[in-house]
Amino acid sequence: MSQLSITAKRAGWRFASSLPALFGVLVFTFLLMRVLPGDPAVFFASGPTAGKEEIETIRKQMGLDKPVPEQLLRYLGDIGTGNLGRSLTTGQPVLSDLKSRLPASLELTFSALLIALVTAVPLGVAAALKQGSGIDHIVRFICALGVCVPTFVSGLLLIYVFYYLLGFAPDPTGRVDIFTSPPPLVTGFLLIDFALAGDWEGWRAAASQLVLPAFTMALFVVAPLARITRAAMLASLGSDFLRTARSLGLSRRKVIVTYALRNALLPVLTIAGIVFSTMLGANVLVEKVFSWPGVASYALDALLSSDYAPVQGFVLLMASIFVLVNLTVDVLYGIADPRVSVE
Amino acid sequence: MPRNDEEVPSSGRETMVTATASEPLLAIDDLHVRFSTRSGTVEAVRGVSLSVAAGETLGIVGESGSGKSVTAFAITRLLDAAGRISQGSIRFKGQDISKASSKQLRSLHGAAISMIFQNPRGALNPIRSVGRQIADAIMAHEPISASEGRARALDLLKAVLIRDPEKRLDAYPHELSGGMCQRVMIAMAIACEPALLIADEPTTGLDVTTQKTVMDLVARITAERGMAMILITHDLGLASRYCQRAVVMERGQVVEQAAPATLFSAPQHPYTKRLVAASPTATSTIADLAPEGASAVPAVELFRPKPAPGTPLLLEVQKLVKRYDGGVTAVDDVSFSIAAGESLGLVGESGSGKSTISRMICRLIDPSEGEILFDGRAIGSLPARDFHRSEFRRDIQIVFQDPTDSLNPRFNAFDCIAHPLRRLLGMKNGSALTGRVSECAERAGLPSELLERLPHQLSGGQKARVGIARAIACRPRLLVLDEPTAALDVSVQAVILQLLDRLRREDGLALLFVSHDLNVVRMMCERTVVLQNGRVVEQGESRTLFSAPATAYARELLDAVLHLGGPTARMPEPA
Amino acid sequence: MTSATLRHTVWILRGNPVTAFAAAGAFALCVLAVIGPWIVPYDPVASDVPNALLPPSAKYWAGTDQLGRDVFSRLIVAAGLDLAIAASAVTLSFVIGAVIGALCGYAGGRLDRYVGRFVDVLMAFPLFVLAMAMVAALGNRVENIVIATAIINLPFYIRFARAEVNVRRNAGWVEAARACGDSHVSVVLRFLLPNVLPAMAVQVSLNLGWAILNAAGLSFIGLGVSAPTPEWGIMVAEGARFISTGKWWLVAFPGLALMLTVLCFNLLGDGLRDILDPRMRT
Repeated sequence: MSQLSITAKRAGWRFASSLPALFGVLVFTFLLMRVLPGDPAVFFASGPTAGKEEIETIRKQMGLDKPVPEQLLRYLGDIGTGNLGRSLTTGQPVLSDLKSRLPASLELTFSALLIALVTAVPLGVAAALKQGSGIDHIVRFICALGVCVPTFVSGLLLIYVFYYLLGFAPDPTGRVDIFTSPPPLVTGFLLIDFALAGDWEGWRAAASQLVLPAFTMALFVVAPLARITRAAMLASLGSDFLRTARSLGLSRRKVIVTYALRNALLPVLTIAGIVFSTMLGANVLVEKVFSWPGVASYALDALLSSDYAPVQGFVLLMASIFVLVNLTVDVLYGIADPRVSVE
Repeated sequence: MPRNDEEVPSSGRETMVTATASEPLLAIDDLHVRFSTRSGTVEAVRGVSLSVAAGETLGIVGESGSGKSVTAFAITRLLDAAGRISQGSIRFKGQDISKASSKQLRSLHGAAISMIFQNPRGALNPIRSVGRQIADAIMAHEPISASEGRARALDLLKAVLIRDPEKRLDAYPHELSGGMCQRVMIAMAIACEPALLIADEPTTGLDVTTQKTVMDLVARITAERGMAMILITHDLGLASRYCQRAVVMERGQVVEQAAPATLFSAPQHPYTKRLVAASPTATSTIADLAPEGASAVPAVELFRPKPAPGTPLLLEVQKLVKRYDGGVTAVDDVSFSIAAGESLGLVGESGSGKSTISRMICRLIDPSEGEILFDGRAIGSLPARDFHRSEFRRDIQIVFQDPTDSLNPRFNAFDCIAHPLRRLLGMKNGSALTGRVSECAERAGLPSELLERLPHQLSGGQKARVGIARAIACRPRLLVLDEPTAALDVSVQAVILQLLDRLRREDGLALLFVSHDLNVVRMMCERTVVLQNGRVVEQGESRTLFSAPATAYARELLDAVLHLGGPTARMPEPA
Repeated sequence: MTSATLRHTVWILRGNPVTAFAAAGAFALCVLAVIGPWIVPYDPVASDVPNALLPPSAKYWAGTDQLGRDVFSRLIVAAGLDLAIAASAVTLSFVIGAVIGALCGYAGGRLDRYVGRFVDVLMAFPLFVLAMAMVAALGNRVENIVIATAIINLPFYIRFARAEVNVRRNAGWVEAARACGDSHVSVVLRFLLPNVLPAMAVQVSLNLGWAILNAAGLSFIGLGVSAPTPEWGIMVAEGARFISTGKWWLVAFPGLALMLTVLCFNLLGDGLRDILDPRMRT
């Protein structure tokens, strides 16, 4: 009970203290939008064919003739009401575009994170437990190499091997092949929606499309995760309290799992937040390589055709997700480590 | 006070023979331990033989690098990966455990042999409640349920006299003081009633008063439960008070063993002699500390010309207050003074504000209130930020506690000593600077061939000498010594103290000696100020204060000091 | 570099072949970056359509691309641009970050809080996305890739320098320096920075690799460097179109170039840590 209230208090406090950063993000994107080449009024016009008067009206409506602070207030108001402007390319409001594409990006990112964690943590632990052994050298080699391969290159090479050479993987375009009908929309996560609909054929199709991009992205973050796990586990294994645990004759399992691993996971948790941020960035590259219909490829297409409202919306969305992720990591850390006080 | 009827106190080699005959609990024979390091193999323990009878308390005494802790870790086979037993046997209850499998060791650890460590907070798992950790210790050897484990943990917390044991059961180590953590560690170690308890420097780093209560507790518990104990310590006073027999180790070998009373009153081996002499006692003087070095100390009594009437005191501290952000008052209304050439001791436990005061006097930090007068001139109001330009900067110098931490890792010894000369006296590179640096180094007892070395290439004592040479380079009038020997071995401490005393006499330096070690302060200082929680509790002539303290706190501090040759193994009454 | 440092470096390199290899590799890369345009066998931008999309052979070591340009020549020439972008971005953020971070770490207080807030805002963005947005805002030019990469690196340098200075600001030798008559400014410049720089140099080397990947990523998605210019990211992007038809060399060779470059700098960074740490000297 008290633990719960402490956690809640901490979460509230953390959220409050992330508000300034969030505000900074809003101001930053506002400035970004005003520095952007072109006329902001054009983003909000109905389309590229909008006439001069229409743009002029919108200019007035948006208050672009007003002083900058007032514009900032209006901008904040717009964000508050969910008005992110309209995309020139799709002709849809940016908010609804982002909403329909976000699940694809999140499904990819989460699967990749899951793959990375279940690979990296055991690898790091094994390397630390057998320091200096063959497995340790292999893990360290993977770590050194893993951070050097650019995502877009590893993605393309995976396509070459598994699609072109071996033919295991389906055509690397999109979330499902054209022969599979999409499941009824519930969560937007295809794997979940197919499972809910009981369409296992479809589930397999979606999963096989997901495997390559998810592995590409996971490959990119396995190295830092394994590296930090190994280092944290080594620190934990060499610590005074572990020596105490051994001096008391605790079982090997208890010593390694309850005493060493639990302590070692704290830094891994911290780094997982940073890793998630890197993955949000890497999404842009992976979605492009695999023609994945997520928010990043949407923003990228818009960017390359000088359509800036989606870009701004995308940047805002990414920043908010990241703030949310950090908040989660922080709260989890607070639960896992009693030393972190509410302050 | 022998607790075991079979125990016959004797001295020298005979002890081992006696113990072997009466089938000891633990018998170590010709133990060698090797460490493989980057620069080759190092033999840390070289042929140690010793024995412990059931119920006996054996002290292993030695300075850093003597191999005493390595011996302890070898007994429990908890050496780190680089170390291994290369030769010899360790027989516990007649069985050789030096080659036991890890499974056998697991059943031995905690149940038959357990350990308590230095740095108690680090020895506990930071993210597990102490109740669970104690329960873990029990459940490793006894098939009991979690709730039984909890109940037993509670009993153990009561046994180690922790206040509010019910509440503490769910506390985490960071919520407890160092002394409390050590009690929890003791509770874990005795949880399964082992026959042998190995205590590795169990009170190092704790305050003197805590040190005493913790050691009294350990002594009482082991006595009550008939447990044997090996007490590993660098502190002869501790060994003399709590052990029935002590062995002295030097560079991996046992040089002497006997009952502490014999050992410390009539040491046989030259090393033991040096060690005993170097340990400050209630009556020793600076000259006693190192007999060979005695010639360095002038036999004449300190001669100080009476200051002309009207000459202000060298340093006057008036109603000094230091508050930190967040409302913590570290120093509260502290006043004292130092005359030219006088030495004043500042004594207190951790958190007493003694380091803060020394930094305010050195004008490294600003006081919140109060005044500091140097030579009758107010220097407290000059911001610390600008004090480097003050004419008094060269007059007030400081020697820091940790010799390693006080030297810039990128400066060699020469540059460290030359630094104040360059900055404060504006000396340029040349023969004058070189000459002055060599002179200071020589006065601080630092061989000139070491001047080219970087700090990490120097030993602790040598680093301390560099720090002292730097501090006296500009011929200051007041030298602040902030626990200058706390990080050093006693034999090194002895020579450093002699050095400081000699410098003081030769140069008429005034000293502000900050320390937690009352024996040292008594020898070094004419007057003493006792601090508690940032306030002055008592101040006066050292001679009076140490023989007849006026306040309860000063008396408590003095009582907690362990003296060589004091009552041996005086067991406190069971509570 | 004093002779002691030199001797120490040689000693370290001898005992540490991986670092020696990395150092040699990094050096070779830099040389290649400078003299590359003069030594390549073919003109990196001249198209030769009849010879398009040829696999690697004795004539074309790394094959040819869709316009018949020699991939190997393009790879070599690209090294200059990629290294220049990364090096200037890292230098920029290193210099600014070290000074700001050191000041914040030593002074604390209001400055520290404001800078901390600014860093928090920068860190609230996924960094690649931030770089993307900045290039979009500032204009699709190479200089802006440099600026964007420098800005997204800045928080790390500020935090790093701040933390390194902060742990040392109460060290005995810092207080001793002040007792010896040094002002705060002199303590930061003459004592703290020299002690912090080695650790930061390691950071620079590790960061260089990351900056190269970042710049290549930006040009891969079509920002910054534009098409005919030889640049590793663009080469991969162009080759991507042909991967499904099995033209692996268009992607694999620029990918390999990127990987080896980054690997060299990363390994060098790890090695530098040993060389610059005076405690390792015996």
